[in-house]
Amino acid sequence: MDDIKYSNTHHQHEHSRTNYDDQLDYGTPASQSDVQVTLMIDDREITVPEGTSIMRASIMAGINVPKLCATDSLEAFGSCRLCVVEIEGRRGYPASCTTPVAEGLKVHTQTPKLADIRRGTMELYISDHPLDCLTCATNGDCELQDMAGAVGLREVRYGYEGENHLKAEKDESNPYFTFDPSKCIVCSRCVRACEETQGTYALTISGRGFESKVASGINNFLDSECVSCGACVQACPTATLIEKTVIEHGVPEHSVTTTCAYCGVGCSFDAEMKGEEVVRMVPNKNGGANHGHSCVKGRFAWGYATHKDRITTPMIRKSITDPWQVVGWDEAVNYAASEIKRIEAKYGKHAMGGITSSRCTNEEVYVTQKLVRAVFGTNNVDTCARVCHSPTGYGLKQTLGESAGTQTFDSVMKSDVILIIGANPTDGHPVFASQMKRRLREGAKLIIADPREIDLVKNSPHVHADYHLNLRPGTNVALISALAHVVVTEGLVKEDFVKARCEWDSFVAWRDFVAKPENSPEALADELGVDPAIVRASARMFATGGNGAIYYGLGVTEHSQGSTMVMGIANLAMATGNVGREGVGVNPLRGQNNVQGSCDMGSMPHEYPGYRHVSDEATRALFESAWGRPLSNEPGLRIPNMLDQASEGSFKALYCVGEDIAQSDPNTKHVTHALEQMECVIVQDLFLNETAMYAHVFFPGASFLEKSGTFTNAERRISPVRRVMNPKNGALVNGKQEAGYEDWEITAKLSKALGYEMNYHHASEIMDEIAALTPTFKGVSFKKLDELGSIQWPCNDEAPLGTPTMHIDEFVRGKGKFFITQYVPTTEKVNAKFPLILTTGRILSQYNVGAQTRRTKNVAWHSEDIVEIHPHDAEERGIKEGDWVGITSRAGETVLRVKITERVQPGVIYTTFHHPESGANVITTENSDWATNCPEFKVTAVQVTRVNQLSDWQQHYKTFSEAQLAFAGRDQEAAKIE
Amino acid sequence: MQMDNLITMANQIGDFFKSFPDKEQAKKDIAEHLKRFWAKSMRQQILTHVNEKNGAGLEDIVRDAIKEHID
Repeated sequence: MDDIKYSNTHHQHEHSRTNYDDQLDYGTPASQSDVQVTLMIDDREITVPEGTSIMRASIMAGINVPKLCATDSLEAFGSCRLCVVEIEGRRGYPASCTTPVAEGLKVHTQTPKLADIRRGTMELYISDHPLDCLTCATNGDCELQDMAGAVGLREVRYGYEGENHLKAEKDESNPYFTFDPSKCIVCSRCVRACEETQGTYALTISGRGFESKVASGINNFLDSECVSCGACVQACPTATLIEKTVIEHGVPEHSVTTTCAYCGVGCSFDAEMKGEEVVRMVPNKNGGANHGHSCVKGRFAWGYATHKDRITTPMIRKSITDPWQVVGWDEAVNYAASEIKRIEAKYGKHAMGGITSSRCTNEEVYVTQKLVRAVFGTNNVDTCARVCHSPTGYGLKQTLGESAGTQTFDSVMKSDVILIIGANPTDGHPVFASQMKRRLREGAKLIIADPREIDLVKNSPHVHADYHLNLRPGTNVALISALAHVVVTEGLVKEDFVKARCEWDSFVAWRDFVAKPENSPEALADELGVDPAIVRASARMFATGGNGAIYYGLGVTEHSQGSTMVMGIANLAMATGNVGREGVGVNPLRGQNNVQGSCDMGSMPHEYPGYRHVSDEATRALFESAWGRPLSNEPGLRIPNMLDQASEGSFKALYCVGEDIAQSDPNTKHVTHALEQMECVIVQDLFLNETAMYAHVFFPGASFLEKSGTFTNAERRISPVRRVMNPKNGALVNGKQEAGYEDWEITAKLSKALGYEMNYHHASEIMDEIAALTPTFKGVSFKKLDELGSIQWPCNDEAPLGTPTMHIDEFVRGKGKFFITQYVPTTEKVNAKFPLILTTGRILSQYNVGAQTRRTKNVAWHSEDIVEIHPHDAEERGIKEGDWVGITSRAGETVLRVKITERVQPGVIYTTFHHPESGANVITTENSDWATNCPEFKVTAVQVTRVNQLSDWQQHYKTFSEAQLAFAGRDQEAAKIE
Repeated sequence: MQMDNLITMANQIGDFFKSFPDKEQAKKDIAEHLKRFWAKSMRQQILTHVNEKNGAGLEDIVRDAIKEHID
């Protein structure tokens, strides 16, 4: 077992800022060549892969060549002339960044002539640079300053009076960083980062010679195409592009590596700190998922963690019509426990349950499901993956044998044809999208199946879809059948693969089904609304174009046939031989950071950790013996089942950790009615979220910066979450401030109050228990995570370092199984009363229900949810850009402002759900996936009309939420962004 | 839970499995799905509905699956 003892006060993985060589900048990217080349650099012999630059080889040999325009995240550019070297037998002074190594070269990096050239170059740079180093925000963290020192610059003979850029005006428009062109040395690193790293091409160098300057759009950064990913800030060697927090607080003094708390990409970040204060979050170059890249959310939008809306003291109340009473932790926990005991005695244990969130760590999810199963004595525990990716879990388990994506993100760099279905990576998974765009710029083909024209279709520079299958919402299964029909009937099946790797009988049944004439693209053309020729061409391209990889999102799962579609995707991947190696695979893009993990951790009512059914006797015996409590062998209630039973009065107590069902689940009125019927709702969260407005106990949670644990991303990568500051949720008892708690500690306290002790001292011990009880996690420990950085499960004796690619030699279930996927149209049909279909999605700058991002400066990009409507549908209804429209469905009505755009097809409208007052889920219905009850968020029949006032629901919401905020001692103004 | 809702959900499950060529297997799979994913209280409600009201509203294959394989 581990010999390290983890404690809550010790900052694990802390670096001093001066001395971590895994953060060394090697100047140019690594070469992937297998051929080795040996050369002499100064007095050292070094052997490196062919294609390595002389600069990189030098730095690998421990020789620092001066450089300004080079950084190893970008291709060599050769503009600054500082990195010049001399090579014996060659003329001149080549730039070491653009000159590759060759066998037997003798390179000199320090000669009198080179020193002279470098000093002369620096002299020119400095002659047009402000000499305010002592008061500059990057003092001590500036490459220009370092180089001036390195080359021994002592005077600037040209003087400073000539024409210069010193009075150039700052651009402060971006809320997170400042652009100060007076400090720019026009090295183009920012421009190249925007192109190569991010793929947005928002920055250019305008003008020539002395007039050259970095330009962002026409006016400023905020109004430009810039997506505020931070890549330019990261790349800038001077103070030209710099975080406002660094300007405000100064250069950080230590840093701790941790994992972003936003989307399923799971980027690794260095939290750069001053004491207990975060100064900035910097993407970790060694992050397995992000390789040093970031997006506007993870990089900048962490201010919510200290936002004044945070509730940091426990609160209780008898009824939701009462004001909250602030209490100490013991009182709050004991009250919650007494209510649970009372309800158990009165209604029975099946009237109680718990819900976890994909925002929780693995350890938090694990202890919560343990509490519900072992202490509440029921399997009524579910997670918010219910409403997003539960069909992925079901569908991939059935077909491939494991409820997880098959690949690593890096796999996309070997893909030849990328098929994206119902996902919008540039908004939902931006850091992975940047990697995908890089591969697309290298020439990979792209097919997009989406009712809406997402940016990748044709709005991303140098990327466009070869085919856009703009199908009608709700017809995914018809599409996958049509694609499969072409593959089967045109002889494009990889029969060798199928014969060797799959259940042949299941294949034959599937083949015969999809080959039926009614599954042809032509027969389904009316249903799909897509030209059959394009469907055929897409199928041919996918089946014959080399490595074919499928990426999909909630546009696949959130349908009445979500699970069928996931199986259809797996069928197509198997039939075309696209599983089991790099470059291919079935890749669910998970919405939140820990969707994969929350499912892995047994937070589903039918499964223990590691996807083992509760009726499995051996597994149940294992957990009974480990936990020392009898466990039920019956599946429990799923979230919608809990709500249905609550509405009827038979489900009475809910422990809801980090989840906001009142905003994120469909048919809001049904959800809030169900919550009103419960007698004890315990909410554990950072904020008084929508669900908390219906709660009786509020446990203030700790932010991801205040706790230890792990998140598991979409590629099964378990990454460490490290505590960089103490939890801010200590209660004030009799004027004395108590210490705060990590969220798992709160759950353990509740468990203890219910008579069951959970004897953990640190989150690492919870992971040790998970590893001991879960075969796929057997080799995982915090110690190994410290050593390796991150681990992709399965991690066990056979794969001690983890498993980037799954199903390599055989499927987890043995042979892959095909399933017949009969298209069944949704019952949510358009008619004269509800003639349009509403579909939903998300936007880059906001995250899910917005609880975090709405409390950051990201509102600069998206301050309200807007409904998109096609010009034809708008004209028919006399609707103009910016009008308020009422959107009515069978479930309810809400009012939003309109944007008229051809991105949506006629008959389809689209909105986001980031703001609670928008009430997007007031109109979504309870229709759900047949296998998992995942709601059909993506298809709601609606009518749209011009209106002058908010909907009844919105007016009620305003009154209700104001009253609830007042009960917690907050007013509406305080809830708004500062 | 409201019986209408359970009937809809059960029929949706039937919609998936009824396209399987082997009808007996399809019935077993429908029942197996209910056993693996529905809480006992939900299964009992639908079973009672089948026993007392002959599964009114349920598709035949779903009603038969419950009758034959759920107890």
